[in-house]
Amino acid sequence: MKDIADIRADFPILKREVYNKPLVYFDNGATTQKPQCVLDAVDEVYKSYNGNIHRGVHFLSDMSSEAYEQSREKVRSFINASKSQEIVFTSGTTGSINGIAFSFGESYINKGDEIILSRLEHHANIVPWQMMCERKGAVLRVIPINDKGEIILEEYYKLLSSKTKLVSVTQASNALGTILPLREIIAAAHSANVPVLVDGAQGIQHGIVDVNAMDVDFYVFSGHKIYGPNGIGVLYGKEKWLAELGPFQGGGDMVDKVTFEKTTYNELPFKFEAGTMNYPAAIGLAKALDYVSDIGREDIASREKELLSYATDRLADIKDLRIFGTSDHKISTISFHLKNIHQYDTGMILDKMGIAVRTGTHCAQPVMDRYGIDGTVRASLCFYNTKEEIDFLVKGIEKVKSMFA
Amino acid sequence: MTIKEVQDSIVDEFSLFDDWMDKYNLLIDLGKELPVIDPRYKVKDFLIEGCQSKVWLHPEFDGNLITFTADSDAIITRGIVALLIKVLSKRSPDEIITSDLYFIDKIGLRQNLSPTRSNGLLSMVRQMKLYAMAFNAKIK
Repeated sequence: MKDIADIRADFPILKREVYNKPLVYFDNGATTQKPQCVLDAVDEVYKSYNGNIHRGVHFLSDMSSEAYEQSREKVRSFINASKSQEIVFTSGTTGSINGIAFSFGESYINKGDEIILSRLEHHANIVPWQMMCERKGAVLRVIPINDKGEIILEEYYKLLSSKTKLVSVTQASNALGTILPLREIIAAAHSANVPVLVDGAQGIQHGIVDVNAMDVDFYVFSGHKIYGPNGIGVLYGKEKWLAELGPFQGGGDMVDKVTFEKTTYNELPFKFEAGTMNYPAAIGLAKALDYVSDIGREDIASREKELLSYATDRLADIKDLRIFGTSDHKISTISFHLKNIHQYDTGMILDKMGIAVRTGTHCAQPVMDRYGIDGTVRASLCFYNTKEEIDFLVKGIEKVKSMFA
Repeated sequence: MTIKEVQDSIVDEFSLFDDWMDKYNLLIDLGKELPVIDPRYKVKDFLIEGCQSKVWLHPEFDGNLITFTADSDAIITRGIVALLIKVLSKRSPDEIITSDLYFIDKIGLRQNLSPTRSNGLLSMVRQMKLYAMAFNAKIK
């Protein structure tokens, strides 16, 4: 694997200071920083070949369209989908889930049907289903979690029934870091003929994702959480599903023939890509996936595992600090709380030391309710972080304790 | 002291410190001086909901001046509320409504405590002015 100093040098923002202190960026779960090659790729679109995709016959449009389609192919290969028609670009994880919740709901959901989620979902994988359930008279069922922050599989098996129409779960909890047992979840759902959507917002950047091996029906993720640009995301769906489902947005490019009497839709994947897509971001995302592949996804996973274990040990040594989410299977995210100190106070002081963490409920209020707390401090690490930065976080926490004791 | 004079003295006090840590230590100390709200007012009706920390604010109007008491579950927020109360408590509704709170900018609080940080600073100011308007409407 590339040397850590060289890796950090790839990310211009990591050189900056905040409040005259070196930036320690531990908010990768919210968004990741971008390597220079991604910034260059997006820049290059606008500088050299910007033209709207799929429309013009002109040179620039052709060039943009080709780069956009190559990006789709990159995504396909990155998650090992069978066909590039199975890759739909969206605005992000939230856009992908909203789209599927709408189209799936319109096509398959009737009154009394059930959708299964887990207690670990962030709001993006709760609210779109709630909206759909309200529209269709369907019901949400929730897989509970244990004290370690792991879903209870036995309870999940009990929830699966003839009423279940879809299971939608996260790959890893954004608030606690728990990695879900997807193999078991998908196998049980499939044996009941129920499709599964996996929300990869916190999964795609931490290791190898192979949608074929997982046999997952839908897989979604955001570009900005895997070192790519903002405003681009991916919806993978097995061809058989995408072919059957209706579009979730109408507009240009997704149509075959339009008259005022009736519109017929374009073929896959264009049926789901209405209007002008964010092709510069898609091209940037493809570059980010290249970058991640070059670093090595197995290396990234093992480096992050090492950082997680170091950080967990160091934080566990701090008196009056409680870690929430203590599963053996975690991404490199640590949520914690200091006794008698509000997470907002902790976050504000860490910020002034140059340490970026997230505080609050992490858009996952049901997880916080489970523990009867109103928030935590979350340090979400990734492969460009260092043990020295973790040491500095520990120093910061001691400082917080001394100020608020 | 007028609202302006109180603001100027706060700005002077904060200007003694260059370092952010010292400014926050000052906020923490100020929080300890906050006129604490009667526990019976620490209920939903008097809650100003920010995303991250809770603030309870209670107005008392004697027909002439409004007196505010407050509390927060976060200590830094409590310091910020204490500053607002220093400036706006025991004032007439008109004074509160027409006040221009420039000290927030001058001590660098706005940039750190913007609405997106959801500390509720702006909601607090808005709520204080709303109470003042309500009391004003009552007496006129």
